[in-house]
Amino acid sequence: MLSIDPSKKNSFQRFISDGDLVIVYERHDNMKAVKVKKGSELQNRFGVFKHSDWIGKPFGSKVLSSKGGFVYILAPTPELWTLVLSHRTQILYIADISFVISYLEIVPGCVVLESGTGSGSLTTSLARAVAPSGHVHTFDFHEQRAGLARDDFERNGLSNLVTVAVRDIQGEGFPDEFQGIIDSVFLDLPQPWLAIPSAARMLKQDGVICSFSPCIEQVQRSCEALRSNFTDVRTFEVLLRTYEIQEGRIQSSDGDESYRRITHTRRKRQCISSEDNGENTDKATSIPTVMARPCQEARGHTGYLTFARLNCQ
Amino acid sequence: MAGELVGGHQTSSVNPRITWEGCSVLLDINDGDRLVFARLSPAATLKIGDKKCSLRPLIGCPFGSLFRVETGPNGPYLERCVHSSSSGANDMGVQEGGDRQLESESKDNRALIDNNSAQNLSSEDIDAMRRDGATGDEIVEALIANSSTYENKTVFSQEKYKRRKQKKYAPKVLLRRPFTRSICEAYFKKYPNRIGFLRIDTLSLLLSFANISAYSDVLLVDMVGGLLTGAVAERLGGTGYVCNTYFGGTSHSLDIARIFNFSSEFDSRIVQASYSHLCSAESLDEEGSKMHEIDHPAGIQSIIGRESSTKCVPSTGSTQIQEAQSLRNDNSSLDEELGNTKENLSSGQEGLHENNATITYKAVNPGKQASPDAIKMWKEKGFNSLIVAAPELEVDSIVQKLIPLLSYSAPFAIYHQFLQPLATCMHKLQSSKMAIGLQISEPWLREYQVLPSRTHPQMQMSGFGGYILSGTRICNNSENCNGNQ
Repeated sequence: MLSIDPSKKNSFQRFISDGDLVIVYERHDNMKAVKVKKGSELQNRFGVFKHSDWIGKPFGSKVLSSKGGFVYILAPTPELWTLVLSHRTQILYIADISFVISYLEIVPGCVVLESGTGSGSLTTSLARAVAPSGHVHTFDFHEQRAGLARDDFERNGLSNLVTVAVRDIQGEGFPDEFQGIIDSVFLDLPQPWLAIPSAARMLKQDGVICSFSPCIEQVQRSCEALRSNFTDVRTFEVLLRTYEIQEGRIQSSDGDESYRRITHTRRKRQCISSEDNGENTDKATSIPTVMARPCQEARGHTGYLTFARLNCQ
Repeated sequence: MAGELVGGHQTSSVNPRITWEGCSVLLDINDGDRLVFARLSPAATLKIGDKKCSLRPLIGCPFGSLFRVETGPNGPYLERCVHSSSSGANDMGVQEGGDRQLESESKDNRALIDNNSAQNLSSEDIDAMRRDGATGDEIVEALIANSSTYENKTVFSQEKYKRRKQKKYAPKVLLRRPFTRSICEAYFKKYPNRIGFLRIDTLSLLLSFANISAYSDVLLVDMVGGLLTGAVAERLGGTGYVCNTYFGGTSHSLDIARIFNFSSEFDSRIVQASYSHLCSAESLDEEGSKMHEIDHPAGIQSIIGRESSTKCVPSTGSTQIQEAQSLRNDNSSLDEELGNTKENLSSGQEGLHENNATITYKAVNPGKQASPDAIKMWKEKGFNSLIVAAPELEVDSIVQKLIPLLSYSAPFAIYHQFLQPLATCMHKLQSSKMAIGLQISEPWLREYQVLPSRTHPQMQMSGFGGYILSGTRICNNSENCNGNQ
């Protein structure tokens, strides 16, 4: 997924090979991860796609099915991975992920601790942020989930950057071997205040910690626990509002200029210049326009993000 | 900037945690009341209130260190102090506890009359205390002891009072690292229009949507002062390239990128190339010098201010390269303010950049012209990502021109202050089928105050951080996807 090997840089120019993990894009809300295997086929409502047809084509190509339908084959990125990975737990999405990485000040070379691993959504982005010389040590107390996450990272080519361990961080804290060498810590735990003292020992001075909690009571207890060793404690909520667009034509109605109607084209992806949309539009007096409005479905809450910096001694 | 070897992981110079002479820092005065960028040159000073202190004590200290302004025999100076874990230093002073909470609930402010007569110490008394060598904290304690209404206040009011007095008589200075996060927040708070109202969560999203990572070749249109360039270069960690492109003859100012404390390795990764260079079909080797002169003929004047020296302009090159010497090598001779950057240095105390702390923008030159070899490689292989932050420009035509310069399957993110241009742009991209996965997002950010019995969202909130159009370039022609164009 990431080009950590300088000889393989510009990986998007690589061509699809046997064994690659690719993202098959059917529609903007319908994507899946597929491992390319010569001889295998992908079947969906657009037809049957032979993997062998993909091999040798560049990523980003349109590929056809037996009956002329098509999909796009994309190179995996942490963002696409977040949208297609299998949810073993509730995951973090791009709004929280991107904010966490900026606010934790993670750059190449950093060493980062994370608990819990969950489904590995954030972990994948953390790996990208620390590559090529840093490392992510992630811990989960659920052995099976830790194993599945490890498999995912292996499949995505991230094993050099991510180490998964089974450990109960709330009960035992982080391993002593990390004391004083950690740049950033991320906690997504039911009782993060139990892990905060240990995190304080792991961090370099002025290192940053982040705790993600869905409930405000958890946040309050975490902030209390942070006060002893940390400063600059800040809590945020981050959300994304998405917009949809529609094209239409503004037309006057039968010569009466006193009001203008907007007619919507039936299908969003229709090109303005082609095709009559079947309605009674007089092209000479109507003006094409594109309008945007927020999507009706919106995410109302994911969790509160609390950040703090380790005090300098 | 030596790297330390700790626990087997080389903490490289990309992440230095101790200040050094000549580095740029962000000074947080009184818990965010005032933010100032400064360079720790030996003669640098900081003005707080009516006191002017040398910044020399800050050199060699870890980022995150706290300093107090104290008055000594030679005048005011900055003294390093330890963070106290409770009270004044941060907002969390009030202890939770059954007793004190009951106490606070029984008090309120109905009997407090505001007639300016509560304080018994006069300003002459305070000056006398200062001359006797009283510390700031001692002055604050004295003020509290001499306030007739203090005892009648609620616990929370007392904390607020104490904090106010501390800010005035015992101001604190927190030494912070200039990082994407702190630089963006400081500018967004103080001069948001200079960064096109790009809020930190929006900027973070741009970096994620565009999949910025090590070894990427990133195409940028940065018209937000260089903040975006710095943020991308930070994520590249000295690998890959950031190519800033521009239309027309003059490149955009990248001043903010100079605050980032980049090593020369990082700086060498930041290059510029005009759009015509990136597109031109002929080889640039012979055309190279001529084209550069055409692009920057009279612009040489402004270039001196902006450090875009280029190897291809030999005669004037030597002057530029001389001026472009690393600040670390030659501090004293480069301590002049530049005409062009004067607008970034505001006078007096309200400025984001401290006049007295000799801000110069002559770091090792980020922004040199991209080499012909690099341009050739990008033409063949395409860029890995595109980010456009051009709040003033017509986004539609820029995007149509730049997306073909990307590899297939490369993601892009377009930032704009206004929704409508992005809607039009998205529509055109859908129609031309140049990209898929198109989405217009508006980030929303709210901060919370979390205190015992006083937890609520903060009263002030940013209403607006811009819009982002994101997507992925594809090859729509199923027959002929080899080769970029």
